[in-house]
Order: sequence, then C-alpha cells, then structure tokens
Amino acid sequence: MTMSATDESAPAGDDEQHRTATIDGYNFAFLDEQTKRMIRRAILKAVAIPGYQVPFGSREMPLPYGWGTGGIQVTASVIGPDDVLKVIDQGADDTTNAVNIRRFFAKTAGVDTTERTKEATIVQTRHRVPETPLAEGQILVYQVPIPEPLRWIEPRETETRKMHALEEYGTMQVSLYEDIAKFGRIAKGYNYPVLVNGRYVMSPSPIPKFDNPKMDRNPALQLFGAGREKRIYAIPPHTPVKSLDFDDYPFDVETWNQPCALCGATDTFLDEVVLDDKGGRMFCCSDTEYCAERQARAAGRARGDAA
Amino acid sequence: MPTQPLDASRIAPGFADPVLDAQSVFRGVLAAMARPGAIAEIDIALEPPAPLNAATAAVCLALADFDTPVWLDAAAAPAADFLRFHCGCPIADDPAEARFAVIAGALPALPPFAQGSDEYPDTSTTLLFQAGGLRPDGGWSLAGPGIAQTARIGIDGLPADFAMAWRRNNALFPRGVDLVITADRRLCCLPRTTTVRS
Repeated sequence: MTMSATDESAPAGDDEQHRTATIDGYNFAFLDEQTKRMIRRAILKAVAIPGYQVPFGSREMPLPYGWGTGGIQVTASVIGPDDVLKVIDQGADDTTNAVNIRRFFAKTAGVDTTERTKEATIVQTRHRVPETPLAEGQILVYQVPIPEPLRWIEPRETETRKMHALEEYGTMQVSLYEDIAKFGRIAKGYNYPVLVNGRYVMSPSPIPKFDNPKMDRNPALQLFGAGREKRIYAIPPHTPVKSLDFDDYPFDVETWNQPCALCGATDTFLDEVVLDDKGGRMFCCSDTEYCAERQARAAGRARGDAA
Repeated sequence: MPTQPLDASRIAPGFADPVLDAQSVFRGVLAAMARPGAIAEIDIALEPPAPLNAATAAVCLALADFDTPVWLDAAAAPAADFLRFHCGCPIADDPAEARFAVIAGALPALPPFAQGSDEYPDTSTTLLFQAGGLRPDGGWSLAGPGIAQTARIGIDGLPADFAMAWRRNNALFPRGVDLVITADRRLCCLPRTTTVRS
C-alpha cells in the first residue's frame, strides 16, 4: 500500500485530491462489528437521556489515550461510506492530531474528508465548536478527556453517579460561588459546566466557554466520546443547554479588544500568537477554516474592485 | 426454554452486507432517535421472516447480539429462530431482563420492562413496536429534545390509553423505556424525553 496517495495540504473542494487509498486487512472504519454494535447501543441511549454519561467498553485504539480515542470510536461507529469527515483540533484543520485522525478514517473507511464545515456530515472536534453554524443533519463528535463535571469536586465515581441520580448539584454551584468570592467572577474559562435540558449537569469537554452558547438548541446532533474514562453522552438537536451561573453573576463569554489580525473578524474566538521574543504578539481566529474563507472572500472582493 | 436443533434451510437470510447494512440501519435509527417524530426509511434489501416487518428485522440485525437479551411477545415468537441464528441473542423470558423487546401484537403495559435505575437509566429496555402504519403530520403532537417546536406524526395501532401510559413513562425520567415504532420499511422513535399529545 502506498502511504500518501493524498496531499493533505491540498485545497478543499476537489474530491479526488482528498481520497486516500484504503488499507487492506481491517474492518470498515477499523472497529469490529460487535464493538460497533455495543457503541451504537450506547449512543442511542445517550441520545434518549440527554447529558447522561453512558458507560461503554472502550477499546484499545492505535493511538494513545488523550489523543481522541473516545471521539474516534464514536466516529467509527457512526460513519458510513457516504459521509464527509472534517476533523479539527483547537479549531485548526492542519495540526498533527486533526491530520492523523482524518487520514485514519480516509484509510480505514475510504470516506471523503474536507476542511469545510459546511461540506462535512460529521465533524470530529477537540476543544472547539466551529464558528460556521452547524445545520440540521450534521453530527458533531467531541473528544472528551474527563466526562464527569463533578470529578474535581468529588473524586469517587459511586458518589458522583448518586449525585447525578438525585440531581444533587449544590456543590457545583458552591464551587462557582467560591470563584466569585476569590476572584470576583466565575473564573472557569474552558470546560465550563452546563445543564442539559434542565436535568443533567454535563461537561462540555474543554471547549472555551466562548463556545458554550453554540451548544444551546444547536440543530446538529452533538455526541461526546471519552475513551480513557469509557463514557459516551449526547445532546440531541434543538435541546436547551444552559451554562451554570447566578442571577447576579450571569454567564458571559470572552471578548477581545482587537479583531483577528488575519481576517478582521470581531465575533470569533481568537488565539494569541507570540511572534518574537520582544513581546510581539498577534490575535487571530482559532478556527482556521473560517478565517481562511474570510480572507479568501476579502481577497476576491479586492480583486473584483481592482478589475 | 428448550432449544430445538435449528433447521438452517428454513431461516431467512439476514443482511446482504453485514457491515454497511448495519451502519446504514443504525444511522436511520440514530436520526430518528435524535429527531423524535421524523420517519427514517430502511434503505436496504431485506426479506424479513413473518411476523417481522423489514424495519424491525433490520434494527434487530443491526443492534442485537449475545450481550442483549431480546423479549418477544406471543405474536413475534415465530421470529425467535431467525434472531437466534443471525444475532446470537438470548431470548428473554422475563421482560425485565430484556435490552430489546419485539412487539408484533398489541403494545403491552410498559412497567414490566426494564426501566433502568436512577444511577444507570441506560439499562432500560428499548421496545420495537410494529405499528399498523406511520404517517407524517398525523394526530400525535410531539415535543421535547430533538424537536425545534412541535412535531406531528400519525401512528396506527397504538392502544387507546397510550397517551396516559406514555405520560407515566415520561414521569419516571431519567428512568423509563424508549420506543422504536416500525411499519413496513419505516420507523420513528419516541425516546423517554418526548411528550405526546393527541
């Protein structure tokens, strides 16, 4: 088998360029059928009980825990030959994790991959929700390190399970209050806990709190896979997702006092990029595809004006 | 239950392509479970043995295996050999032990099925109910997660007291059963979070 039938840096849009030769000797999408059935049953129950963490028999994957084994197992159980897959890591399509996972599914499932959020039927993500709004019918798969939002408050699984069963979330509110007492505001910047459909407190995975409002009543199906911790959970489309807060300290998202240095966007999540060792820095969109598309459109407009 | 030797020549074939057929059927169920009231079409070649309809047989082939005891009502009992042969699933005598229940007759009372526990509500039974027919924009009005405002669906063959039985199931949340309603090659889902009004 040839290793690189695909040039991963090729621009999106040309299907042929994004086809990679599939490899022999593996089942479709790597996992065996019994594992897929088990994961599929867990996903269906997760959808039926929004925000509840369904235990599942997580398998060894050909990459280490912490690199997205949960998300990969969910994607492998959901994906079909007609799907188009996008993978992002901290918003970027071109980082090691994203490129490798995309290539993994191109090789084991023969699916088309894309960097465009709009073209994808499945988006697997680590730590971001794309800036481009998702649509009905799309599936967003989150890679989750610690699925239990109460874990830092109560280390025992037996206890946190009981707390979820009894809807006993007082300690979570107390931990947010302690932030206010100490810092004058809720200091959580990522992994900001949410309440799903008014019942289960859920970890949104380490997305910045900037992305929390995008989870609320999102028309796409949101699936969460935690490989090491062996949990799957879900948010069905159009389901209310509320970030926990207090009446006098309402939830708010980060803001920046400058636009993206590359595309000029003022409504996106910005990464700080250090440029030199003299204090030089710039802020640019964390969602590379969204930023590149805005730059391309601006360049197109400029050319159009010049002509 | 005493087991007779299987006469494999009388067993109807299962999926033509076990891997991709199972995937496509699962995606149909997932789409229907995520959007209660939406009707999914089973788009594969499958000649199910009576009394199963194609959708019920397909869902069983896609999701049942040795880990999932399946309970059959009296009308669905003739399908036991088909399910044992293709899925390798135990046939449950007690509905409380069933992960899946196949109901080809009238929809029975829901409480005897596994309801899950408060700690593990995912251990409840998923019921596959063969309805007389499924129509979009029918007499039931649905609301809940997966539905933007309300969804409408027509389901033939539900018992007269279904709305009451389903309200009781809703009230158990997070416990409660989930319902997959099939008719011919189509299916729709009522997860425990969905509320129904006629």
